[in-house]
Amino acid sequence: MTISADHTAQQPAPGTSSAAAGTNGTPENAASEAVRKFGITVEDYMLPARHPIQIVGPDGAPNPDSKQGAQPGHEYSLPGDAELMAAYEQLVVGRRVNDQNSALVRQGRMAVYPSSHGQEACQVAAALCLSDGDWMFPTYRDSVAVMARGVDPVQTMTLFRGDWHGGYDPTKHKVGIQCTPLTTQLLHAVGVAHAAKLRGEDTVVLAMCGDGATSEGDFHEALNFAAVFHLPVVFFVQNNQYAISVPLAHQSVAPSLAHKAVGYGMAGERVDGNDIVALLAVLGRAVKLARDGSGPLLVEAHTYRMQAHTNADDATRYRQDSEVAEWVAKDPLSRMKTYLTERGLLDDDGSARIAEKAETVAAQLREGLGEDVPVDPQELFKYVFSTPTPQLKEQSAMLADELARDAASATTSEESAR
Amino acid sequence: MSPTVTTSSEANGNVSAATARAAAKAAVEAEKTGPQSITLAKALNTAMADAMHADDSVLVFGEDVGMLGGVFRITDGLTKTFGQSRCFDTPLAESGIVGMAVGMAMNGMRPVIEMQFDAFAYPAFEQIVSHVAKMHNRTKGAVKLPIVIRVPYAGGIGGVEHHCDSSEAYYAHTAGLKVFTPATVADGYRMLREAIDSDDPVMFMEPKKLYWSKDQVDLGALRAEHAANTERGTSSEGRAAVARPGTDATLIAYGPSVPTALAAAAAAAEEGRSLEVVDVRSIVPFDDETVCASVRKTGRAVVIAEAHGFASVASEIVARVQERCFHHLAAPIRRVTGFDVPYPAPKLEHYYLPGVDRILDAVDDLQWED
Repeated sequence: MTISADHTAQQPAPGTSSAAAGTNGTPENAASEAVRKFGITVEDYMLPARHPIQIVGPDGAPNPDSKQGAQPGHEYSLPGDAELMAAYEQLVVGRRVNDQNSALVRQGRMAVYPSSHGQEACQVAAALCLSDGDWMFPTYRDSVAVMARGVDPVQTMTLFRGDWHGGYDPTKHKVGIQCTPLTTQLLHAVGVAHAAKLRGEDTVVLAMCGDGATSEGDFHEALNFAAVFHLPVVFFVQNNQYAISVPLAHQSVAPSLAHKAVGYGMAGERVDGNDIVALLAVLGRAVKLARDGSGPLLVEAHTYRMQAHTNADDATRYRQDSEVAEWVAKDPLSRMKTYLTERGLLDDDGSARIAEKAETVAAQLREGLGEDVPVDPQELFKYVFSTPTPQLKEQSAMLADELARDAASATTSEESAR
Repeated sequence: MSPTVTTSSEANGNVSAATARAAAKAAVEAEKTGPQSITLAKALNTAMADAMHADDSVLVFGEDVGMLGGVFRITDGLTKTFGQSRCFDTPLAESGIVGMAVGMAMNGMRPVIEMQFDAFAYPAFEQIVSHVAKMHNRTKGAVKLPIVIRVPYAGGIGGVEHHCDSSEAYYAHTAGLKVFTPATVADGYRMLREAIDSDDPVMFMEPKKLYWSKDQVDLGALRAEHAANTERGTSSEGRAAVARPGTDATLIAYGPSVPTALAAAAAAAEEGRSLEVVDVRSIVPFDDETVCASVRKTGRAVVIAEAHGFASVASEIVARVQERCFHHLAAPIRRVTGFDVPYPAPKLEHYYLPGVDRILDAVDDLQWED
């Protein structure tokens, strides 16, 4: 039975791992395995579970197995204690980063900051589900995920403070530059995964976007390419309910965004985006399946953008305070704190240690972004091409001459003033 | 070689790379030496095959480029020779093709991708302008994108609508893209090899009406020239060429307009006027030196291009030459371009395209004293 449109599996590329291919040329993947094991249909496997996966409820109490939303072919194991504690630490750091950066914008130290306040569980899980050799392609709202992946916080903020470049080396960190044109980065994720697959590497690529972005054409092209070439890409949609001011109902009338997966021949899953336990379980399984050769997957996390789009936006123009208040009760941090405390994993000392860690990162941001960035006007020309064209050399010389004359006339007027 | 390429299969010790190179060497040695009559299509095809033999990270993909060999057959035989993983068809989506190429180039590959026709490349415009062109700059040089985007462009083949656009100005206007356009069979080979070697992205504009034009070309000599250039670190990249020497006026042309300019120069010679023809070859970077040297020598110039004249590459050339050569000019520089109308249907394209008569009329207008 052909589970997905795996046209490349018929003729595996030289050097490609044959582990993903079954003996009859059909890929042995999670879908065919599920069909055999659970007696469910391929469609039931590909369609998201009937309810979003939720392991810990908003009040911090663990859901009984029967209430977690799992069903045959959609089963999840609980992450280990150490993983949960590491995740909680990053959640607290992430919240502090969001709030510190928003303050720095108000103080004029940064040009803009699209905050992920309220979405920290998605941010942290996105970083923690990946291994060292894996890649992440984030959006402009995913700064916390980028930092949780190990990129220096101040470097991460380079673009948002108004500097001209992305700040960090994407190839070194295996993190794309935070992308502004919506969903264009999903295709870059597909390309990175494709190159890795052709070389027989077991890289997984996490491709991130939001709910509004699913309306873009590149969302469609990226999912289709990933499915047709059977690539190890996990598409991670943070459905935070709003694209600036436009609610999800105006973007899509699909049963859920995760349902879109089945149209491409890939599996989709829905998860409570404020439950980091469920996020780690669902994303962890998706990454493992992708690495094992199942092809791409789509994970939709239900979360909420607690603050305005950016500091330049006024959210009171398009949504009610009561709606925001409802989501305060579902906060990812307080829920996890209660859960870990009840489980005896977190005590006051632990909380204090984590808070201190978060303060250290906040101080690092205040200090780093408090410094003025020296600008070199010649950098305008330096990186447009590997080697500047004769035209750029001319323009660079023209600017250098202007600056030299400005400097000379400044010196002259200073002297005459004396 | 860019640092991003060191993770290629060669670095992984892929044995097939060495085997492929040995096969390529044998193929080159077995090739008949001396000039042969070959088409531009064959020269482009050979350039891609040679580049693929030389470097495992060179991949070719696009619409219908696999088993079919492309609608113009420019990728003919590449899938057969190199396999599905090196030359393959993609789903029918141009933004997807370019966007995937960006990711592949970020991860060690050198994609050579085909946009089936000029106007079919427009869905990829955002990827080209916002990412292909800017990635090197926005990553402070950390990410190089050695991508070649091949675009069959311009008219003259009786093509129906959306198949004959001259789209070079869009790309030339975008900082961060190189824009090459060959006009001869030998340049087809030479310039495509240089484009594939480039660590910067190249829009490779192929005049589709010249695909089946033939010339006597020694592929062995071109390969040797490329090898020697690679060893010396030299190339013809970014240089214009004097396609026909002359003394009275300069015709500046590129791509599909070069043969037309040469025909006009031949006709003018019969009337006793010696016209020099300069083939621009590389729109970005632009070779001011060669172009201006010719105009300073002749003192008169006509720029010829198929694209609409308004806000065009031809306009840019006139402005540049006029700024640099004003005191050498005996007359204002004239343009002979397409009209500012959508590219016409086959029954009307004859009226639109710059032709020999229109060029000679423009030359006659250059304020001759006699």
